[in-house]
This record gives sequence, C-alpha cells and structure tokens, in this order.
Amino acid sequence: MDWLNNLALGFSTALTSQNLLYAFVGTLLGILIGVLPGLGPVATIAMLLPYLHSMDATPALIMLAGVYYGAQYGGSTMAILINTPGESSSAVTTLDGQQMARQGRAGAALAAAGLGSFFAGCVGTVIIATFAVPLTKLASQFDAAEYFSLMVLGLIGAVVLASGSLIKAIAMIVLGLLLGQVNRDLISGAARFSFDIPQLSGGISFVVIAMGIFGLGEIIAKLGQPAEKRDVSTRDLKGLWPTRQDFKEAWPSVLRGTGLGSLLGVLPGGGALLASFASYSLEKKLIRQPRVAFGKGAIQGVAGPESANNAGAQTRFIPMLTLGIPPNAVTALMVGAMTLKGIQPGPQVMNSSPALFWGLIASMWVGHLMLVVLHLPLMGIWVRLLGVPYRFVFPAVVVFCCIGAYTLGNEGLDVYMVAFFALVGYVLHKLGCEPAPLLLGFIFGPLMEENLRHALQTSQGDWSTFVTRPLSAGLLVAAALLVIAAMLPTIRARREAIFGEES
Amino acid sequence: MKIKSQKDFCSGLMFLVVGLAFAWGATEYGFGSSEQPGPGYLPFGLGLLLALLGGMVLFKALSIESEGGDRIGKMAWRPLLWVVLAIVAFGLLLPRLGLVLTVPLLVVMVAWAGEEFRWREAVLNAVVLTAASWAIFIWGLKLAMPVWPSFAGG
Repeated sequence: MDWLNNLALGFSTALTSQNLLYAFVGTLLGILIGVLPGLGPVATIAMLLPYLHSMDATPALIMLAGVYYGAQYGGSTMAILINTPGESSSAVTTLDGQQMARQGRAGAALAAAGLGSFFAGCVGTVIIATFAVPLTKLASQFDAAEYFSLMVLGLIGAVVLASGSLIKAIAMIVLGLLLGQVNRDLISGAARFSFDIPQLSGGISFVVIAMGIFGLGEIIAKLGQPAEKRDVSTRDLKGLWPTRQDFKEAWPSVLRGTGLGSLLGVLPGGGALLASFASYSLEKKLIRQPRVAFGKGAIQGVAGPESANNAGAQTRFIPMLTLGIPPNAVTALMVGAMTLKGIQPGPQVMNSSPALFWGLIASMWVGHLMLVVLHLPLMGIWVRLLGVPYRFVFPAVVVFCCIGAYTLGNEGLDVYMVAFFALVGYVLHKLGCEPAPLLLGFIFGPLMEENLRHALQTSQGDWSTFVTRPLSAGLLVAAALLVIAAMLPTIRARREAIFGEES
Repeated sequence: MKIKSQKDFCSGLMFLVVGLAFAWGATEYGFGSSEQPGPGYLPFGLGLLLALLGGMVLFKALSIESEGGDRIGKMAWRPLLWVVLAIVAFGLLLPRLGLVLTVPLLVVMVAWAGEEFRWREAVLNAVVLTAASWAIFIWGLKLAMPVWPSFAGG
C-alpha cells in the first residue's frame, strides 16, 4: 500500500536524531511562547526565519511546525489558568476551563485539553496523509490559468473568513501583491520600484516584512496599551490526572470535536477559530443535562473545542502542503520558509522532495507525542512562566529580530527596513487593517504574476482564458460566490458575532 | 461632508495614495501588451485596483455611520519613536561597536519605550540578553558579525 510506504518514509525521516531534536526544540519553543505574554506563533516564526539559512529544509520546517502546534498547547494552558486566551482559537476554552481552575480542577482541565489535543492531532495527521495523494494528483493537472484562479480563490477565501472589513482585507492583499512587485522583473530583467537602491532590486525580503509588521509593529501597539493584568489563579496544581468520570464524559466530546475540527480546518482563514466555537455550541446542544452546567466548569466544554482547535490546526496544512496555498499567516510563513530554502511550494513538492513532505507529516505526530510528554508533567514550570511580566519579554524579541535582520545581508539596510515595517505595522494596527492578508498577498505575488503571464502567453493575450477553461472558471466562480456570501446580511452578522467576541 | 469612521477614512486615503503612487511609478516601465506583458503591466493594474478599493473604503467611511466615529485614538508616540529609533541605531552601530555594546544599548532603549521603565531591571535584562545573544548567535550558531568594537581591534 502506497499509504503505508509513504508514512514509513515519513517516520524514517522524522525519527532521525537531528529531526527529533528540531521537533523537540520547536515544540518547546512553541509552548514557551504560548505561555509567555504577548508573543504569538506568527511573530515567533517570523523571528526564527533569518536563522534557518544554515539548516536543511526538512528540519527547518519540522521546527516551525512544532512552534505552531506547541503554541496551540501553550495557548490553551493560558486559557485555563488565567483568563486570557493565548491564541484567539482558545478563546472558548476560557469559558469552562477557567471555571474548572477556580474549582481546583485545573489539572483535570489541562489533561482533558492536552489529551484531547493529542488525539485530535493524531487523527489530523492521518487525514493529511490520506488526502495528500489524491489532492496532489488533482492539482498536478492544473495549468497556469488554473493556478492563477486557484490563488485568487485561496486569497479571497483567506480573508472572507478573517475578521474585520472585507474591502479593507482585499485592499491589504493587493497592497501585499504590490509590495511583491518591488523586484527585478523576471522576463525583461528591469528593476522595479528600487529607488536606485541596488539591494532593493532583489526584492524586499519577506522576512523583513514579517518581522517588522508581526513582531515589532505588534510590540509598539502593545506598549501603547495599558499593561495586561495577569492573575494566575492556580499556582500549585494538584491532581493532574482526570478522574474516571472525567474520562467518561470527555471522550465523546473529543471525538465530535476532532471530526468537526478536521472538516472546518480545511477552510481558509479562520477555520480553526470557527472550529472551536462550532464545537462548543455543538456540545451545548447535544448534552442536554450535563453533570456540571456549561460555563460553570463542564469538562466537555474544554475537551470538545480544544480537540476541534487542534484537529483544525492540523488539517490546515492540507491546502498548504498539497496545493501550495497557505490558508493563514502561520502556514504562509512556512511557505515562505520553503521558498527561502529553494523549494517551490505547490503540488510538485510531494514528488520532488518526498522525504520533506512525508517527514513533515510524520513529525507532526511525533511532535504531538512530545507535547503530551513535555507539557503535562512540566506544568509547574509553565505555570511559573505565566507570571513573567511583558517588560522582560519584548526587549528579547527586539534583540532577536534585529540580529536576525542584520544576518540577512550582513549590513544595516535590512535592519532599517525592519524599522520601517515596524512603523508600517503600527500604523496598520491603528487603522484597523488586519496585516495577515498583506503577507499572503506578498508571498503569492511573484507566483501569481508568473502564472498570469504564462496563461496570457498561451492564450495569446486573451484574458477570457480564465473563464473559458472550465476548471479555472469554476475556481473563480467559487471565489466570487465567497465574496457575495460574505456580503449577505445574515452571514455578515454571524461573522461579526463570531469575531466580535475575541476583540 | 462628515467623516463617519476615522479609521476607515485614513486607511482608504492610504490605499488610494499608495495605489496611485505605484500605478504612476509603473508608467516608467515598459507596459507591453496583454500577450507580452511588460514589467509595468501588473503593477499598473494592481495600483489602480488598490486605488479603487481605497476609494470604496473612503466612500464607506463618509457614508455609513459607525459606532462612536470609529476613532483612531491616541498615537503611542513614545514606544513608536523609541522602538524605531533603537532598531535604526542598532543597524547603524553594530558594524562599529560590535555585539557586546550594541545589544545592551538596544535593550535599554527599547525598555525605555515602555511605561514601566526601571533602570535596575533594564540593566539586568541588558546583561542577560547580551550574554544570551553571544552564547546563541556567536558561540552556538557561529554567525559572522562584529562582536567587539572596531576600536578594540575586533
């Protein structure tokens, strides 16, 4: 069976001592930033990017993926122990998790979240392995026109489900695409928008944009707000292991959450966020007479959404790995990291670098196992880190970003660019413009241009090629439908209801 | 005309201006034809598209009522200026002063950007982070960058 062979290759890649080490470092770092204040996976991955250049592609991506799901675990810990969700997707966990912690059952809540996430992560990994091959086969029939339309769909999809104003988000994509135009034109070799700065003709490094906007711009924004109060309610944890009854109550929720999350996670944009909310309301509907009421510390209200969240985080890798279309900022950064390593993202990755592809998938399973081992027993340490004030954290981030930026070209220019994009990031924050679409646009830009030109060349300059080729037309229609749907009043109200709660 | 959403008004204006600037800049490069698109083809189109979207945001900001005028609020000048300044200073000074002097300077400058600045903490943080940067980047990752000030012969 191919499926088994693939996984065997994956595990033999993921289980080398080097890759295990990087998975370990990644997950550890992930938990760390999940519990430390004011640091998210996006900022962290942006910060790590310049340091990847001495590494091979496979360990680099394994480490970045580890940061991502490690942060999910850390985020849920925060949601349970203090009333601030580390990640917006664990916002629902605060509802019952906090109550459980107040009643001295933090241990059970953490275990339910951790074990539920582990189960969901395992299932998610199997789903990726199953769907990767057929999806990749489908995508390899695509021509330039289809690719272009697919990217349009991917970009639109990513913003339709994101928070905030739709037009502004689309404008941010276009702004990102335009920033991607600062480069040397592929065909004529002309330097565009370089202002006669020779380094700029090589294009703006996406590392610089990501670090400036997501890392440093966010720091400035945070410093401008009143300091966050962290009230760690449970300093010492007793009875980490859930009771038999907890198990009995939690496992059906874990199963349901995993199913729901795996489905919704594939949706671009706020898939995982949607998943945890949907799972919570599903649990509330299905369990009519819970032993402990929802909102008062029901273990189902922790186990369901946490599983959904992690299953979603896992299946999110499907569009990125099989189609090269990242559905959110974290996977976009990973796609960017692949390009830094000289791997063209897209359906060909599976065939051109099978060890990377399957190794990454297998490492996700390994990483989840490590998380359970690292996260629960070391809970005491993580709890202590929760109380670290932000004023000790942000200077470290600035130092990492600055040194990283300097190493990009061993000169000051990249550092100045980071400073510029920190300013841009702060302004965007003040204007209520979500920065993630900009990054997506920037990463897609060059690929889109290439495919657009290619498609136009084959059609001899006829733009209608995008709508006369059935597959391409279908993808564009889907994109248009998404935009129309997002504008409909009922869905709009829903979008606001879901995303309103986090802000 | 009354601005009904300050945030949208300013972002619309920003998109409009940036879009037009890109489109105008693109006219310098060969436009080509749709069969053989030149280097200016796509940036011109995208610039106009951005300007159009900016116009739509602007129109919305002037026509649709928003809660409390959707005000931008106070700019956090102190963190903004100090963080940006600190980063620029880092880029400028690292080649001359080396890691051991530039990192502490950077740490103290950005710590100063925050509200709760305390000298003792900032100095402690600077020492720890400098040692950590040396250990991670120079000793561990063996990155090539100036460690000691150039006048100290580094």
